[in-house]
Amino acid sequence: MVINLVKQFISKVWKNIFRKKKHLKLGLYGPPNGGKTTLANRICKDWIGEEMGSVSPIAHETREIQIKEQITIKSKGKELLFNLVDTPGIATKIDYEEFMKAGMKEKDAKARAKEATKGVIDAIKWLDEMDAVVVVLDATLDPYSQVNITIIGNLQARKIPVLIVANKIDLKKAKIKKIQSAFPQYDVIGISAKYGTSVDQFYEGLFALVS
Amino acid sequence: MALTIQFVPYAEIEDLGPARRVNKLLDLARQNKIVVLQGRLKKEEEADLIAITMEKINETFKGIELAVIQPQSRTETLFETVKSGVVNILLGDRAGLTIIGPATIVKQIKKDPDKIELFTKELGKRSKKKA
Repeated sequence: MVINLVKQFISKVWKNIFRKKKHLKLGLYGPPNGGKTTLANRICKDWIGEEMGSVSPIAHETREIQIKEQITIKSKGKELLFNLVDTPGIATKIDYEEFMKAGMKEKDAKARAKEATKGVIDAIKWLDEMDAVVVVLDATLDPYSQVNITIIGNLQARKIPVLIVANKIDLKKAKIKKIQSAFPQYDVIGISAKYGTSVDQFYEGLFALVS
Repeated sequence: MALTIQFVPYAEIEDLGPARRVNKLLDLARQNKIVVLQGRLKKEEEADLIAITMEKINETFKGIELAVIQPQSRTETLFETVKSGVVNILLGDRAGLTIIGPATIVKQIKKDPDKIELFTKELGKRSKKKA
């Protein structure tokens, strides 16, 4: 019995040492075209001076998990070091014909759809790897979509801290309050990742998220 | 084209494992049926449903539209809070409704806390279902 207790103690100490050494994984999750990569680019440009990925008005531009390691952000004398994980948008349907309507050739549209389905699967698999998640929602759209609820519900079930970003507040149709009333148990910060509006507030929100 | 709505009582999936539950519902949706499940899947199963849907997407099956209505999402009084807690304990995942429609037929499911609006592609009309 004493030996077991000693073993458990050593195991706990060892795990704690390991936990402290690993870098925090901060995930960007959300439906397609919410502005996850635009936000990732904003963070990367602000703190390491380079962009992370390409953006497009056509959905599912990000079709692979992208990681930018060792980003340090500073706010009010505090520092936060993390690995930023930009994930493909999670959707319940992907139609190659929608890509064709946006001007893509059939072959390219089909290839994009195939890659996009794989990207969604990868994004879901990676949920378990996250230490904290920023859910990026388009503030001009209905927040009650099942994808939003499923993403946030899964994060809640896994006890992963969540910050919700209501993106695209530069647009007239943006309604932050609707997102706040849809998810009252979470902090919601309205930003424009494209123009950098309220990003300082977002960075402060990140510190609160992981503290 | 006839629109088929298939009601699935919770008892039909209750004893199935997570993968078989998800596959059973998805197989019905792939037969171009709109599935109305009594109750709801677990959060992890909802994520599995999305992932397995992605695996099955091809040129004819474009995915699904999904909506879950949970009863009494807005509790205002202590009595209502206690009541919804008791309902939850007694019914568990049987409470609420889950609607799964093939994306080739269901264009959009708009959900407010109290109602679902289902827009179909073929008919170009909408039907409303109040929770």
